[in-house]
Amino acid sequence: MARAVSARRKAGYSVAAWVVALLIFFPILYTIITSLKTEPEAIAGFNLVPSFTFESYRTVQSQNDYFRPFMNSVVIAVGSTILALIIAIPAAWAFAFSPTKRTKDVLMWMLSTKMMPAVAVLVPIYLIFLRTGLMDTRIGLTVMLMLINLPIVVWMLYTYFREIPGEILEAARMDGASLWNEILYVLTPMALPGIASTMLLNIILAWNESFWTIQLTTTNAAPLTAFIASFSSPQGLFWAKLSAASTLAIAPILIVGWFSQKQLVRGLTFGAVK
Amino acid sequence: MGRIQLRDVNKSFGATTIIPKINLDIEDGEFVVFVGPSGCGKSTLLRLIAGLEDTTSGKIVIDGRDVTGEAPAKRQLAMVFQSYALYPHMTVAKNIAFPLKMAGEDKATIEKKVANAARILNLTNYLDRRPGQLSGGQRQRVAIGRAIVRNPAAFLFDEPLSNLDAALRGTMRLEISELHQQLGKTMIYVTHDQVEAMTMADKIVVLNAGNVEQVGSPMELYRAPSNLFVAQFIGSPKMNTAEGAPAARHGAKTIGFRPEHVRISTTEGEYKGAVGVAEHLGSDTFLHVHTDELGAVNVRADGDIPVKHGDTVWLTLDAAKLHRFDPAGRAM
Repeated sequence: MARAVSARRKAGYSVAAWVVALLIFFPILYTIITSLKTEPEAIAGFNLVPSFTFESYRTVQSQNDYFRPFMNSVVIAVGSTILALIIAIPAAWAFAFSPTKRTKDVLMWMLSTKMMPAVAVLVPIYLIFLRTGLMDTRIGLTVMLMLINLPIVVWMLYTYFREIPGEILEAARMDGASLWNEILYVLTPMALPGIASTMLLNIILAWNESFWTIQLTTTNAAPLTAFIASFSSPQGLFWAKLSAASTLAIAPILIVGWFSQKQLVRGLTFGAVK
Repeated sequence: MGRIQLRDVNKSFGATTIIPKINLDIEDGEFVVFVGPSGCGKSTLLRLIAGLEDTTSGKIVIDGRDVTGEAPAKRQLAMVFQSYALYPHMTVAKNIAFPLKMAGEDKATIEKKVANAARILNLTNYLDRRPGQLSGGQRQRVAIGRAIVRNPAAFLFDEPLSNLDAALRGTMRLEISELHQQLGKTMIYVTHDQVEAMTMADKIVVLNAGNVEQVGSPMELYRAPSNLFVAQFIGSPKMNTAEGAPAARHGAKTIGFRPEHVRISTTEGEYKGAVGVAEHLGSDTFLHVHTDELGAVNVRADGDIPVKHGDTVWLTLDAAKLHRFDPAGRAM
């Protein structure tokens, strides 16, 4: 029997959901509002009504080139995601379809690397980057972000792959498919929704990553995160400009996320209800 | 050609032995059914032959070639799975074409072979559909189609009909038998359903706890089961058994007699009993008779036998068709 939920209770849940959603969204909203204020307005204190000036955007664009960090962000986020998928798909295949006694341990170990604070390995990584000439390069940052997000990508793909019946892969093997063909023609197309949402999530994570992107870049490979950070130093704090830069930085990923939210939610809850 | 030989094939998972040494010869063109209760190792045995599982020891020889260490695709076998295992993202045509594509055949040959398979299996009108748009029977045919295009040495079927409803199962049973006649290829078929085994097989392999209990034609197994397990597993309804005095009278620990080998009378006979449940099937009636000496006995009688619940009846066993078993359950 379905559980009866009273109308009042339902309304209560709705209100609670809206409050939580607004709380989460409020900082972003306030950033956008602030970006539309003048500098004096911005430091004047809490105020939800801006004067709707695009002054800050103009200044940001004229003082600092937005296009270059934007392109860096695109290359680093997309590149690290593609690289991660190339490594993670075969890895997740092995974990899901050819498990050994140690599979669970290896998966846990991979995930445990995410539990370590990034700053703990800052010095060694910094030195490695310095000595190999990867400092402030797109390729260096792409590899770094791929490595950081790889555990999550492997875990997500592993969960999706486990939903695929093993018999279908066995059928492919009987049909003469090599391991590569099995992954290419059978597994990947079947896991496409899962792979797509993993990809989206990873792009978002890579896009927003700010610790390594700021530490390991100066100008050439600096992505949008470093672009924002550059507004909060030498000349003091300029809230309106900083907000404008932040808005510009998050806008692309916000738009991508908005249009792919259906796919994203479906991917994240894949297998949860079935 | 499709001659398959198993030599001392053994399969263990750690300390658990699934299949202790099995020796078996399957001749070219034979329809062999592996039958047994669930967990008897029949599917594992099929998967060992297919190469989807590795043998722990022993040899698998196909047409004189030792294939024990070879990959599934190299063994020249095609398999039809219980769940059909169709590729859901491909059309019927692409599903059937997949093994040919993997074999690197050219487009024209693939098209010709797919069309031919579709014709044999009545799938021509469904080639553009996806598996999700097909009925269970059609899906099963696509799975078979995917198997036949490869022109394999032998076909392996792993409980292919168990997901279908009873009526469709009957039809598909017939279709697979016809396909066997038409292609003349070796087929190995795994089932727990002894009716499928009896109706389809040239040769039945009865398995129990990984051991081969008996190998023979359906009628051999029916007429001369080598032990109590086979006697009770083959035949429907299953064979009646009795111990004690009636068995001792025939010099055995246990006697077995099939429901169709018991004469029933309302006036005279060997054993007196009372009718419990009467199952009227139209052509036959199965009577469950409670007797003092034999215990509960299932009797096959004429469809229009005029007895009902509670009636007193007399049973007489057909001595010529009686099976006698020693204390170890072996046929005497």
